[in-house]
Amino acid sequence: MATVKYDESTRIYPGNDTPSVDRLNIDIKDGEFLVLVGPSGSGKSTALRMLAGLEEVNGGKIWIGDRDVTNLSPKDRDVAMVFQNYALYPHMSVADNMGFALKIAGVDKGEIRKRVEEAAKILDLEPYLERKPKALSGGQRQRVAMGRAIVRSPQVFLMDEPLSNLDAKLRVQTRTQIASLQRRLGVTTVYVTHDQVEAMTMGDRIAVLKDGILQQVATPREMYDNPANVFVAGFIGSPAMNLVSVPVTDGGVKFGAHTLQVPRESLEGAGKNVIVGVRPEDVEVTGQGEGLEITVDVVEELGADAYVYGTPTDENIKLEGGDDALAKPFIARVDGRRVPMKGDKIWVQPHTDHMHVFNAESGARLSH
Amino acid sequence: MALQITTARPDPALLDLPWSTPLEDWPEEHLAALPRGISRHIVRFVKLSGRVIAVKEIKEDIARREYAMLRNLRRLDQPSVEPFGVVSGRVAADGTPLDACLLTRHLKFSLPYRALFSQGLRPGTETRLIDALAVLLVRLHLTGFWWGDVSLSNTLFRRDAGSFAAWLVDAETGELLPALSDGQRAHDLDIARVNIAGELMDLQAGELLDEAIDPVVISNRIVTRYEELWRELTAMEEFDTGERWRVEERIRRLNSVGFDVDELAISTDIDGTRISIQPKVVDAGHHSRRLLRLTGLDVGEGQARRLLNDLDSYRAASDRQNDDEELVAHDWLTRIYEPLTRRVPRELSGKLEPAELFHEVLEHRWYMAERAQHDIPIEDAIEDYVASILPSKPDEVSVVGVDTVEMPVIAD
Ligand SMILES: Nc1ncnc2c1ncn2[C@@H]1O[C@H](COP(=O)(O)OP(=O)(O)OP(=O)(O)O)[C@@H](O)[C@H]1O
Ligand SMILES: [Mg+2]
Repeated sequence: MATVKYDESTRIYPGNDTPSVDRLNIDIKDGEFLVLVGPSGSGKSTALRMLAGLEEVNGGKIWIGDRDVTNLSPKDRDVAMVFQNYALYPHMSVADNMGFALKIAGVDKGEIRKRVEEAAKILDLEPYLERKPKALSGGQRQRVAMGRAIVRSPQVFLMDEPLSNLDAKLRVQTRTQIASLQRRLGVTTVYVTHDQVEAMTMGDRIAVLKDGILQQVATPREMYDNPANVFVAGFIGSPAMNLVSVPVTDGGVKFGAHTLQVPRESLEGAGKNVIVGVRPEDVEVTGQGEGLEITVDVVEELGADAYVYGTPTDENIKLEGGDDALAKPFIARVDGRRVPMKGDKIWVQPHTDHMHVFNAESGARLSH
Repeated sequence: MALQITTARPDPALLDLPWSTPLEDWPEEHLAALPRGISRHIVRFVKLSGRVIAVKEIKEDIARREYAMLRNLRRLDQPSVEPFGVVSGRVAADGTPLDACLLTRHLKFSLPYRALFSQGLRPGTETRLIDALAVLLVRLHLTGFWWGDVSLSNTLFRRDAGSFAAWLVDAETGELLPALSDGQRAHDLDIARVNIAGELMDLQAGELLDEAIDPVVISNRIVTRYEELWRELTAMEEFDTGERWRVEERIRRLNSVGFDVDELAISTDIDGTRISIQPKVVDAGHHSRRLLRLTGLDVGEGQARRLLNDLDSYRAASDRQNDDEELVAHDWLTRIYEPLTRRVPRELSGKLEPAELFHEVLEHRWYMAERAQHDIPIEDAIEDYVASILPSKPDEVSVVGVDTVEMPVIAD
């Protein structure tokens, strides 16, 4: 068991001007499940590989426990990359499939058996130890492969998009399995994914990266409730947070016809505009003429409630986070018994307790 | 969604394959044989316009990525299977979507390691396979390919004048980088070592490999062989200015392990007493390129070496040392090599590649001569070989078998 520390860790690929990972600082607690998440090119895999010893560190250090591992070879770090190479051997028993790598490492037979049995207990594979993998179900085979990593009892597990080649159903199944297994084992784990839903459901804490720079490290709840900037606000949560650029006025910000109260201190240092963020479930549908007018484009019925996708009727109001090709819709969750129709106009405003305000230039959070 | 076929070699016959059926259930009439590696995906060999194509059922994005990766490897002149196409947008008769298929050409005369082992082996074969894999891994690493899943299952072997040449068959986990870090190379080697040991232990558990062979010892060989070769190909060497012959010597050593030196960095220290040299660009296939240039024959590195040796003895025997090398090579090709390989009856031509057959006949002649205590003409050797040895060899042009082992990754 061990802590992991990224200490100003930097990686610049030869020939590049900008670092792929730029002065990364994260303290990972003993036994913690930390998820590195970000869009492609954000540096998350590079960060993991730096920890694994697969990628050179050009600046700063990396610590495992109280050992500086920055310049150690992968073998000497006592970390295990899980799932990368998953093969089951048809003629060998489940026990041998789990334990054979220990035999190569020179561990004695009794010890191998002990560790295999412990792992089998955790993985609910005890009754199958003497069987051949062919006799197992798909999910059990997955667990045998996990067992191969567990018996090595490394100080840290590393996983790089381990579910990316599984079909959707197995992905959800395995996601839950890995998370609960990690909690039972209590081994420090660093997990990379581009999928924020995976990150939210699995991690004790999440580290969001973009362009090689750490945006925020926090628990899923904290990250959801208090995103540190516009990028995190738009990246975490599904459907995504609505982000609207609005003018600052006396005593608050102007949201359509309404002035929303925002404490003066919060707006200090903001320019003429700020970005107001509101999650779809925190959108209040108000009366005609109150707040922001939205034209309804699509309604998605979910039973108890529904999602409304629309466009601000005032064309001057732009939503952040869309790309050129596709304007981002405004999304509101509404009561399933009072659902508007396509083409209707509705008026909305944020639930003031759950409103986020960001600096329009820097993107940094202004409210708390 | 409509069926979508991406291929560099459009063949209308592709449309006749039963794409709306899961690969597992494809009718016998389309199948050529079954593959013999261990795989997580369903793989089938399919007959297509006189060719054999390997079809792997796999998620579309992964199929496309692997297709592109194999094309890149071929472009970089690496020994890998040839990508043929990707078929996506498959839908079953009942409307459920099916995974995409990656198509690669079956590599003729290639042998999956499991097929080799179930034939019963000459002693030492397992180490020869590892040596071949070490050469492949060094070559791939030198071009910047980080394999990620090095194993015997993901390699195909071709006979190469008594030893083997290794080909990459599974590029799914690979990445092409500008250069590999030491950590990345060590990672591939470690994966190779564990996988090879596991694969050999599995063969023992299935009673396909002699109990006396130690899988751990054999698997360690990948590391030592790889490191020896890597050092020879990349290490910096330093010596006194007086020892300039060592430049030549280094190049000769590289040639003897089958590499050409395309770029060698030479530098001297300030007062000019020491020289250091380091190969910067090396290219595998020293002998096979030379043979190709002289004769147009495209064969394995070991086979080329053997054929070049025979060409040299032909030159000496016919006393033509002063003739133009190309002319002698042409005569050797038309008078010795081609007539000999043509002596194989058509029904036996699927046993061995022509160049491998030539190698075998040379070996056979040596044994005959030893027994008879005098030289044997090559014509007599081939006649005896075709009559007494070749018929009992297994057909290897496209290996057939039934013990395919698939461990599909699917939800319960
Ligand atoms: N083009 C080819 N020529 C000859 N044999 C092939 C070819 N393609 C695949 N095979 C055979 O099929 C086997 C499985 O193929 P492959 O390794 O691509 O499948 P996989 O399911 O991706 O494997 P893994 O479990 O390693 O991911 C190989 O071991 C090899 O024996
Ligand atoms: Mg494979």
